[in-house]
Amino acid sequence: MRLAEAWRVALDALRANRLRSVLTMLGVVIGVAAVVALVGIGTGTKGQIEQQVEGLGSNLLLVVPGRLEAGSAPAASTMTLDDVEAVARVVGDRDRVAATIASGETVRAGSRTAFGSMQGVLENTPSVFVRRLDRGSYLTRTDVTTGRRVAVLGAGTATTLFGDRDPIGRQITIGGVRFRVIGTFERLGQSLGVDRDSEVHVPVTAAQRLLGTDRIDGLAIRAPDRERINQLSTAVVDTLTDRHPDSDFSAVTQEQILGVLGDILGVLTGVLAAIAGISLLVGGVGVSNIMLVSVRERTKEIGLRKAVGARPRDIGVQFLLEAVLLTTIGGVLGMALGVTSALLVDALSPVPAAITWWSLALAFGVSAIVGIVFGVVPAQRAGRLDPVVALRTE
Amino acid sequence: MTAAIVATEVSRTYDLDGVSVSALRGVSLTIEPTDYLAIVGTSGSGKSTLMHLLGGLDRPTGGTLLIGGRDVSGLTPGEMAKLRNETIGFVFQSFHLLARTTARDNVALPLVYRGIGRRERRQRATEMLERVGLAHRLDHRPNQMSGGEQQRVAIARALVTGPSVLLADEPTGNLDSATGQSVLALLESLNGEGVAVVLVTHDREVAARAHRQIVMKDGLIVSEASV
Ligand SMILES: Nc1ncnc2c1ncn2[C@@H]1O[C@H](COP(=O)(O)OP(=O)(O)OP(=O)(O)O)[C@@H](O)[C@H]1O
Ligand SMILES: [Mg+2]
Repeated sequence: MRLAEAWRVALDALRANRLRSVLTMLGVVIGVAAVVALVGIGTGTKGQIEQQVEGLGSNLLLVVPGRLEAGSAPAASTMTLDDVEAVARVVGDRDRVAATIASGETVRAGSRTAFGSMQGVLENTPSVFVRRLDRGSYLTRTDVTTGRRVAVLGAGTATTLFGDRDPIGRQITIGGVRFRVIGTFERLGQSLGVDRDSEVHVPVTAAQRLLGTDRIDGLAIRAPDRERINQLSTAVVDTLTDRHPDSDFSAVTQEQILGVLGDILGVLTGVLAAIAGISLLVGGVGVSNIMLVSVRERTKEIGLRKAVGARPRDIGVQFLLEAVLLTTIGGVLGMALGVTSALLVDALSPVPAAITWWSLALAFGVSAIVGIVFGVVPAQRAGRLDPVVALRTE
Repeated sequence: MTAAIVATEVSRTYDLDGVSVSALRGVSLTIEPTDYLAIVGTSGSGKSTLMHLLGGLDRPTGGTLLIGGRDVSGLTPGEMAKLRNETIGFVFQSFHLLARTTARDNVALPLVYRGIGRRERRQRATEMLERVGLAHRLDHRPNQMSGGEQQRVAIARALVTGPSVLLADEPTGNLDSATGQSVLALLESLNGEGVAVVLVTHDREVAARAHRQIVMKDGLIVSEASV
């Protein structure tokens, strides 16, 4: 029998049992759609997070106390502003070294209250991280050296406290201490799951006084170029370790953060795809089941075809093609459904989704393979039927 | 002229849960290319079993069977299928037409397994349906035709490959006598054109029209007579 002929026979058989064919396909459709949509969401999320990490600014090196190793407890910081000066000398440009002490504080303006993340920082923060002002001005060197109680509000905090009114020049209290608003940030949205619009920047000295400490939480260095990051990283950690022989320090680059996040999200996407793959497998079992039923129902037809000259191979190929047609048509419909769902999720919810060609190719390939794998047993059974026995069945 | 089918001491034993049932117990029979042979016998005497063996649908458990000069014991199922397709035409008591398929496509079916293209298949099927007087039923489905018409479609299907032997197991069993007569007339005219015809029947009159008759009982040929 010619292959083209076999395709036609298989298609006819599927058409003859239209409803059953559609229901059988449904399992594959849902499986493939789930794979495509979930991989799309995983990929989209990964892309968004990478963008956010890169959006922090380029060539960043973050220095934190303790060891960044699995299982090690977060260490209390021993760093002070003197360490910042020392690191700035190593880097050779004090504008490239930012320091932070952060604390969650209640921020009030009149009767309104907001919960904000107070960040005690140096005046150079906007040149290390990417941070744009909406109104007013940022902290100055004098603000930091004199510990002046001035604040720059994140867009969210500003809106919560002042609504549409201009906050510049107004009084607020942070942790009960009065500050004057001198500027507001442009809206940033979420970054790595943190609402960056509720940050409130104040001079690091003012924050230290408020918190009753002379420590800082960590440093961020903006390296002049990518090539020097690793060298700088070692030099900075060495300097800090010299100054604090009893403490550990760690430096991480953006690339390292991206690498770790990428690994985590890659695993997560893989797990999602695997779960979706299981539903594809279940769809395949459904195909196998229906094909066995079909072989049984059409035993007489198989016997007749054999009587007039069909070889075991011809019959086997016919049933295998039927199974493959079921799963590949289901696969194509599933791809359409998966892409549509992913695009809808992307458009209508905050979860991003990106369709990748490899996931489409994979889903289609897998559905064809599922058809072959789950079609083989019914096809072999049909091919091996004894023609006399087959013709006798009722 | 070489014989179309030669069966020598052919037996067929079925194994039913460890109990062996002998349907044929040593049957020798030669079918010549011009034969018109009727097989009669009581129910269960092994007529259908013999027909299945003669047509290469089944294999003997003992003895030798040559179809078209080839010993079937050495053939694979695939080779048996090819042999059936090329040399045998089957007509069954219950027609065995594909239900959702038109008369023409039913008749064309054996040609599918010969690798013949669609256009030629349809043309040859049409010719064969004209030959059995069904030129006006080409696109009818089995459930749109009478029993006699369905049996003639089945005969057309058996003939479309140009077989040398036509095997008919009770071809008139499901038909009224007038319709049965016309089917027989068709078989006889085919025999006149050089196709060996072997038919199984319970009807003495039908059997009497054949040139040779064999009577079976308990898996054996008990008498043979030629006219
Ligand atoms: N698949 C089978 N398994 C076991 N026994 C079988 C099988 N097929 C046939 N037989 C037995 O072989 C014997 C001959 O059967 P067969 O069908 O050849 O008879 P028959 O002469 O065609 O009868 P009928 O005139 O009723 O059609 C019977 O006893 C039957 O029970
Ligand atoms: Mg019988």
